[in-house]
This record gives sequence, structure tokens and C-alpha cells, in this order.
Amino acid sequence: MEHPVLSSTKFNAWFGSNHVVKDVSMAIEKNQVIAVMGPSGCGKTTFLRCINRMHELIPGASTKGSIKLYADDVYTMNPIFVRYKIGMVFQRPNPFPNLSIYDNVIAGYKLNGLKISKTEQNDIVEKSLTSAALWNEVKDSLHKKGTFLSGGQQQRLCIARAIAMEPEVILFDEPTSALDPISTASIETLFNELKEKFTLIVVTHNMQQAARISNKTAFFYMGELVEFDNTKKMFTSPNDTRTQNYITGRFS
Amino acid sequence: MEARLKLRNTKSILFKAIVIFFAFLVTIPLIVVLLFIIKQGAMQINWHFLTNVPVPEGEKGGGIANAIVGSFLIITVASVISIPIGILTGIYLSENPGTKLSYFTGLCVDILQGVPSIIIGIVVYFWLVKPLGFSGYSGSIALAIMMLPIVIRSTEQTLLLLPPSLKEAALALGVPYHMVILKVILPCGFAGISSGIILSIARIIGETAPLLFTAFGDNHLNLNMGKAMESIPRLIYTYATSAYEEQINMAWGASFILLMIVLFLNLFTKFITKKWNIQF
Repeated sequence: MEHPVLSSTKFNAWFGSNHVVKDVSMAIEKNQVIAVMGPSGCGKTTFLRCINRMHELIPGASTKGSIKLYADDVYTMNPIFVRYKIGMVFQRPNPFPNLSIYDNVIAGYKLNGLKISKTEQNDIVEKSLTSAALWNEVKDSLHKKGTFLSGGQQQRLCIARAIAMEPEVILFDEPTSALDPISTASIETLFNELKEKFTLIVVTHNMQQAARISNKTAFFYMGELVEFDNTKKMFTSPNDTRTQNYITGRFS
Repeated sequence: MEARLKLRNTKSILFKAIVIFFAFLVTIPLIVVLLFIIKQGAMQINWHFLTNVPVPEGEKGGGIANAIVGSFLIITVASVISIPIGILTGIYLSENPGTKLSYFTGLCVDILQGVPSIIIGIVVYFWLVKPLGFSGYSGSIALAIMMLPIVIRSTEQTLLLLPPSLKEAALALGVPYHMVILKVILPCGFAGISSGIILSIARIIGETAPLLFTAFGDNHLNLNMGKAMESIPRLIYTYATSAYEEQINMAWGASFILLMIVLFLNLFTKFITKKWNIQF
């Protein structure tokens, strides 16, 4: 049997004594867009940050349970290798302000000291920016600083930076919440293309966005994974009354 | 009602006038000192003055080349000692706020900043000069101790202002911690850190007290830092109280040079922060 790309089994996470993710078990298949939604403080972002082991960087944070990338437990792998394989895009665009657009895209190689030839670099930059739907807008200013771009362009640059490492999975932590509607739309369109090559997990506050972009949706509430099913089913006939209440806006 | 409004208006105009007046007032001492030193010192400056060493008392001519070279060497070595230690300590403090070590280190840095320079001079005198004799190196060590707190605090403050998302971006790409610091955090804080360093140099270049006990002084051009060495502030100190007109004039000339260096360093800092400041 083929392993799912990602699977978590009875996964728990804490900030100090605050139990924020409780016994989460889910399996994610390849080339899907998974939306993770839930009210503020439900543990969805923490869970996302556990997948690439960013959670443990916060003092006092701890975890229990397993998350597997194919057959390997992420928590027994070298975290550096985990983050090669599982990329991340943050809430606010955060290109490296000291680097050009070009260097931002290959930052994952340069900052890790991975040696690649100039032609390979050019290829990676062009391919990644094209996949992030940014190539045409920046191809004449590749050596300008990334921070001169608009917010939406910066976020696509961050996506290109994640793609460049050719990860298996890309995690998105509310990637459009700091962007205007037009930039949001362009990034949502992008998800559809990116899932051809990658598996995307997108944390979002926005239910409409979850419905628009994802194949499957996970609903978190008070640290628990309440329901995880096909997006269509989740939004039409959810099994759990808490999901029902959330999507009909009876609590937030 | 009308009268009260008028009174309130007058009060606020008066308040504004007072604030402006005092803001203007504080610039006066600087301008007066500057003009005075320029008037006294500028005419001493010529090529001969900059490239020759002092002549025996009472004779005409002579320059301060020995002091310029001495100050330059002493400060260079002081920087080589204090900059790496200062930056690394600053990185520790900004990366680990709230730990016991960072609290204790921070406290020591603050206290060190307040220690009078003459006391640092005495300590270095007892530790180094007594056993080993006067030397440029001992002067460098005294000045390095004075530079440290400024370099540490400016590094720490600069790095604390960088957004945490910057570090996360690098870590999420699998970049190891030391590379995050060296390739992302330090380059982004470059403007702040380097202006802190330059300001610390501007701060110590005029320090006289610690050099009296350590580098001492030498009327000859000396490039050997293992021996006693002249410096600009010590030369001013010695010559300004001299009985000879020529030496007093040399002290004015040296003061002018010192002031110009400090002025230049301060303006250079402004230039750096403008030029290399990184936009987020």
C-alpha cells in the first residue's frame, strides 16, 4: 500500500501547559489542496507549524504523537531536512529584504550552502517564478530588491522561494489575510495550478476561501480535529453539529 | 467663553515658543565651541603640522604626526578586540531575552558603560602596565573595554527591531541557525550595527584618562605598539598646559583635528543609516 504524503497519528502540541492541539489524526493524499479552518485559537496554525517542526522553536513548546512524511516520522528526521521537504508560506509576505528577487528565489540553496551551477540557478529561478505566476511581472527586474514589489507580488515571491526547493508539501499560514482582494484572487488561482506538482495545506480564516480552493477541508475546534472530509460534503452535509454551526455562522 | 478660548490659545502658543526656544538654546554651546576651536585651531593646520613630530620645547615648528599615528593604531587594535566580542554578545542578548545569563550580562554591560574612564585606566595600569610597562596595546585594551558596552547595546537594539518573520522565513527553508544569523540577521542589521561601531569609536577617540596610565606618550613617531605611544587627546592634555606659546597652539591644532574626526564620524553614521537602511 502506498503511504499518504502526510499522516498524523494522535498528535498533540502544547505551549507550556496550554494544550493547543489534541489527538489529531489525519491522512493527506498527494496533489490535493487541503483547507484547514476554524475559529481563532483553535490550534490550526499550531498544527500547521508542527508539520514542519517550526512549533518547537518557540520556548516552552512541546509535542507528542507522530506526523509522518510518507513512511518517515518527521520527528525523528533532521528538522533541516524536514523543512527542505515541507515548505512554508507565512501570513505576511516576508521576502529577505537584503536580497534581490533572484536571490530570494534561490535563497533556500544559497543560505544552505548547496552548490549549484549558474545555469541551474537561472533555471530554478525562471521555473519557480513562472510556477508562482510572477515571472512576467519581474523578469526585467530580477536583480532589484524583493521588497520593492507589491504585497501580493511579495507573497508570490515567497511562494516561488518555497517552490524552488521542490518540496513534497507546502504549508500556507493564512497566506492571503494581509492581501487585497485582487492579490488574493491571483493566489487562489495559483493554488489550483500548484497542486499538480505539490500537496498544499492552507490554513484560512475565510470559509468562502476554503470552499473555493480546496479538495478537502479540516475543521478544528478547541484544539480538536472535529471533521475532515471532502470540501463539498463539509459545506453541504457535515456530520458534526459543531461543523454545521461553524459554517452557518452560529459561532465564530 | 470667548475670553477663555483666547487664553487657552495664548497658553498653547506660549508653550510652543518655550519649547522652540530651548531647542534652539541647546545648539548654542555646540556652535560656540565649534567656532572657537576652528578659530584657534584651523590656522595651525598645514602639511608640516600633520606630517612632523614635535620639536623640543621653545623651538618653532613641529607637528603631531606621532599622535595621529598613535591614536589611529590604538583605536584600530581596540576595535579589533571589541567589535567581534561586542557583536557576538549583542547577538546573544537579542536572541535570548529573559534568560538569567542575558539579564546578568545586560546588567554588567549597563554598569560597565557607567564606569568612569579613569577607573578603567587604573585597572589596566595595575594589570598590564605595572608588569609589562607602558604600551600602545594596554591603551587599546582600556579603550576596547570602553567601546564594548556601546557596541553590545547597539547590536542588541538593532537586532531586536528586526521582524521575527525574517528569521522564520529562513528557518522554514531549512537554513541552520548559524547561517540564519550570519546570512540573514546580521546583513539586515548591518546599518544599525555599523553605525553603533562608528559612534563608539567617536566616543572613545577623545578619551584621555585611560591613556594617561597606559599608552602614556612619546614625542617620536612610533609604530611599535609594544612601546609607549602618543595619542591626540593625551597630546592636547600635555601641551594645553604648557608654558610655551608654540605648544599651546599645537594643542589647539590637535583639538581641531580631533573635533573634525568626531564630527566626520557622526555625519558618516547618519550617511550609513540612510544609505544602507533596509526597508521591510
